[in-house]
Amino acid sequence: MQELLTFTIIGLSTGAIYAVVASGLVVTYTTSGIFNLAHGATGMLAAFTYWQLRFDWDLSAPLALFITLFILCPLFGLLTERIVMRGLQGTTEVVRLSVTVALFAFMIGLANTVWPSNGSREAFLKFFEGNTIHIGGINVSWHKLITFGCAVVVAIVLRLLLFRTRMGVAMRAVVDDRSLTELNGGRPNRVAMFAWALSAMLAGLAGILLAGEQQLNIEPLVLLVINAYAAAIIGGLKSLPRTFAGAAVLGLLDAYYLQFSDNSWFPQSFMGFGLSGIRASIPTIVLFVALLVRPQSRLRAGTVRFREENKVPSWNTAVLGAVSLIVVVVGISGMLTRSNTLFLLNGFTLAIVALSLVPLTGYAGQMSLAPLTFAGLGAVAMSKLPGDGNLLTLLAAITIVAIVGAAVALPAIRLSGIYLALSTAAFAVLVTKLIFNQRQTFMSGNISVPILDIPFIDINSPRGRLILSATAFSLLGLGVIALRRSRLGRRLIALKDSPVAAATLGMNLTQTKLAAFAISAGIAACAGALAGDKVSPQQYDFTQSLPIVLLAVVGGVGTVGGALFGGLLLGGNAVLANAVPSLKNITKIMPGLTGITLGRNPSGATSQISEKFRPLLNRWGIISFSALGGVGIWALDASRIISHWAFFIGGVFWFLAVMPNLIAIIDGTSQRRWWASAIALTGLAISLGVDWDQAVDSTGKRLLSLILLVAIFGVGTQRVAENAPRIHHSSPDLLGLDVALTPDELDNVERELGVTI
Amino acid sequence: MNTPILELRNIRASYGSIEVLHGVNLTVGRGEVVALLGPNGAGKSTLIKVASGILRPSAGQLMIAGRDATGASANALARAGLCTIPEGRGIFPNLTVRENLLMATYSGHKLSDIEHSTYARFPRLAERRSQLAGTMSGGEQQMLSLARALATDPVILLLDELSMGLAPLIVSELYQQVAAIAAEGVSVLVVEQFARTVLGVADQAVLLAHGKVQAFGKASEIGEDVLASAYLGS
Ligand SMILES: Nc1ncnc2c1ncn2[C@@H]1O[C@H](COP(=O)(O)OP(=O)(O)OP(=O)(O)O)[C@@H](O)[C@H]1O
Ligand SMILES: [Mg+2]
Repeated sequence: MQELLTFTIIGLSTGAIYAVVASGLVVTYTTSGIFNLAHGATGMLAAFTYWQLRFDWDLSAPLALFITLFILCPLFGLLTERIVMRGLQGTTEVVRLSVTVALFAFMIGLANTVWPSNGSREAFLKFFEGNTIHIGGINVSWHKLITFGCAVVVAIVLRLLLFRTRMGVAMRAVVDDRSLTELNGGRPNRVAMFAWALSAMLAGLAGILLAGEQQLNIEPLVLLVINAYAAAIIGGLKSLPRTFAGAAVLGLLDAYYLQFSDNSWFPQSFMGFGLSGIRASIPTIVLFVALLVRPQSRLRAGTVRFREENKVPSWNTAVLGAVSLIVVVVGISGMLTRSNTLFLLNGFTLAIVALSLVPLTGYAGQMSLAPLTFAGLGAVAMSKLPGDGNLLTLLAAITIVAIVGAAVALPAIRLSGIYLALSTAAFAVLVTKLIFNQRQTFMSGNISVPILDIPFIDINSPRGRLILSATAFSLLGLGVIALRRSRLGRRLIALKDSPVAAATLGMNLTQTKLAAFAISAGIAACAGALAGDKVSPQQYDFTQSLPIVLLAVVGGVGTVGGALFGGLLLGGNAVLANAVPSLKNITKIMPGLTGITLGRNPSGATSQISEKFRPLLNRWGIISFSALGGVGIWALDASRIISHWAFFIGGVFWFLAVMPNLIAIIDGTSQRRWWASAIALTGLAISLGVDWDQAVDSTGKRLLSLILLVAIFGVGTQRVAENAPRIHHSSPDLLGLDVALTPDELDNVERELGVTI
Repeated sequence: MNTPILELRNIRASYGSIEVLHGVNLTVGRGEVVALLGPNGAGKSTLIKVASGILRPSAGQLMIAGRDATGASANALARAGLCTIPEGRGIFPNLTVRENLLMATYSGHKLSDIEHSTYARFPRLAERRSQLAGTMSGGEQQMLSLARALATDPVILLLDELSMGLAPLIVSELYQQVAAIAAEGVSVLVVEQFARTVLGVADQAVLLAHGKVQAFGKASEIGEDVLASAYLGS
């Protein structure tokens, strides 16, 4: 009995922390419609900040608390809203979620940089360490009581705030009707900033309380706070009382499980599977169940015109792209050192995982946070299936994982948007905890995935594997484009654009969603199955999936090129960190930083770049000139006048910095075009003229120089030649109604419609 | 010559790339009640959105009391005394009646004063002060939205289709309140489909069709034939 009481108190105090976190999550979700995945990371950062002030700089506890909770946290919340979240109105849920993922990655990177894990840190003390109080025959630490008290205070304060103050009422009013709030004289932007500040304070409070119970470590802090998401979902992301109840249930379940599993009669394994992972998975299981029993969300009526737009490439472009990708990789793979080959290989593997999101997220608009989990399952299947890596084994592995993918989607199929995304996250965590972390699955920490066995071709080298993965990416990419052009592809798009319209037209939404999930899981499985090396479960951890999702969205999740861009960017990040150690810290926060810019450009980087090239296609003169330039650079290389590296850097410079600006330069009327050409030529001369092999001593630095060259001279040329003819990319069916078409727009319309007038 | 309190100069407005107002000129003099008439889809509500600052015009100027207010935010205009009752029900359905009135305090008035004046005018709202506004009847909801105009004594009042979906008896009751506001010297721009209801209250009338002003003049002088041709599009 006494024991039960002890565990009830432990459970309630854990639940209290969950409640504080979850209420912060609800506050921002209801006022701005953004589910902040980075909420936990905010708490983590606050805990570290408090540690810094309190234990490293020796401030008194009240002062340190005050500075952290009442100055820094609100400030952080305000800035988040002002800089990042405000730009997100009118974007899809995928983009909104990715931006919070970016924030998450950014904060973890920041914490890793400022407080490196190997740095020695004094212990993080509980409040009133050592003081306990005697209740009903057991000892309870003051810290636990304080935690519990905080939750009660938060509940009361939130209740009063939301229902008794004008700011609180305005927070609810904005949800009801934003423009009416304005007509009343309220300022929705201020309300949103207040909500984000409040939410950051709640996250910070929970983070500090939790750090007293646990250790001051980044990962557990972030993940434990993620558990609170389950409580928020139980509250329907809306009701605070139900959120608090959910949090209490979670805390109690955890504590009681701990109590019972200590007993000797408690099974330690089930059918050979160890059950030690269960406790950590309780919140995830609760999250999954809460999601599944949630009342069906209503379908969104009407079509929504999102800010993102993607074009489907023609077959010619697609095949050309695939072939040139393979050729380029075969070409440069000879020049790379072993470690760089491995980095690039990693980039392509990640690109395949990102590609798996294109049909699912890009086309069908369904968010998944678990792409790497399917890759992991692919790797496990490939290594466990008989056949030692021949093509049949690969096919079998892909099929199995695709079926698993569909099976996962089946219960989650009635969910959409954020709920679906969270259920995939729950799945990923479950698989990690219950399958990957089993000794049966990953014998002694890792397994070796057999190398794909293709008759007559030996790919048993890093270079071979690089070429194999580039080829696999190209083929899968072609497959994805073929899918987009097929009947199923159009149904996927319909699913994203208007589920209601699609359903009323007789489309089977369930089948279409299942197909999307199965295809996506299958593609991701390829990435794992082709690993051809030893792999460890950490590689497929849930947290590793987030940067991939993020960079796929940054690259442009609607296009194959975007997936490639995203994957290589993530892989390239590692190259950069390796080559220039002083940049290591920047590379940690870079994925986050790039993602945060998404609000400004929701279609992703790739579609922006390809927009730049589009006008070129109509001008044969310019195309020939560009090709001639390319051949010229190659000729210099072939005749040994310049080195391979100069060839590579010059070629990329020509392609990225010169070609997109050619039209502006040639059509330019003023003398500025002479300046523009001068800048472009200077850049080209540097790229070709420098003896890269001698002057710069590592591949990473060469790549860095390349990026700088393109950025400085490319953007410079563009800025100077700016007065180029502007083409408005309005939707073709609107042009000409109210405003007469300019000749440029007419050209554009013809191209869009594929007709010649 | 006293400057008009509200003036739209050559206003153009569009949703995305579809232009809805093609150069509209309109003035509301001090203390005047101007009726804005026109068929469905004429752009009346769009014009109200522009005048209240919700929608930024693509061209033209919005002048308030002789000062250029183009691009000012809706909330700033509201706090400066421009009260807008938008189309549909101008209430927050998930807030209680009392909380709805609390939102009206952004105008600078005290909640107790607002409550007092509202419950005096509409005793039915007093009984329902803790009820969610969205669960009240259409007429009660419209009373609540009009209460904001009555209690915050604005300089300009913009009304968009007060009558939508209401019984004629309630409509005339509401318009009596509008007449009372106007009698206090508040300038009013009122959109209405039922021309006859509103022309009794209005000094001036403006006829809008296809995003352009088709006719304007003294309310008493707008003839049946002009109205008919505008509404029937002949
Ligand atoms: N949010 C919007 N997005 C796109 N088009 C819109 C939007 N709101 C209105 N429109 C279009 O603008 C035009 C004018 O609409 P508006 O609401 O101003 O008309 P109205 O005169 O108020 O009509 P009604 O008498 O039916 O209320 C219509 O053709 C309408 O379809
Ligand atoms: Mg209207």
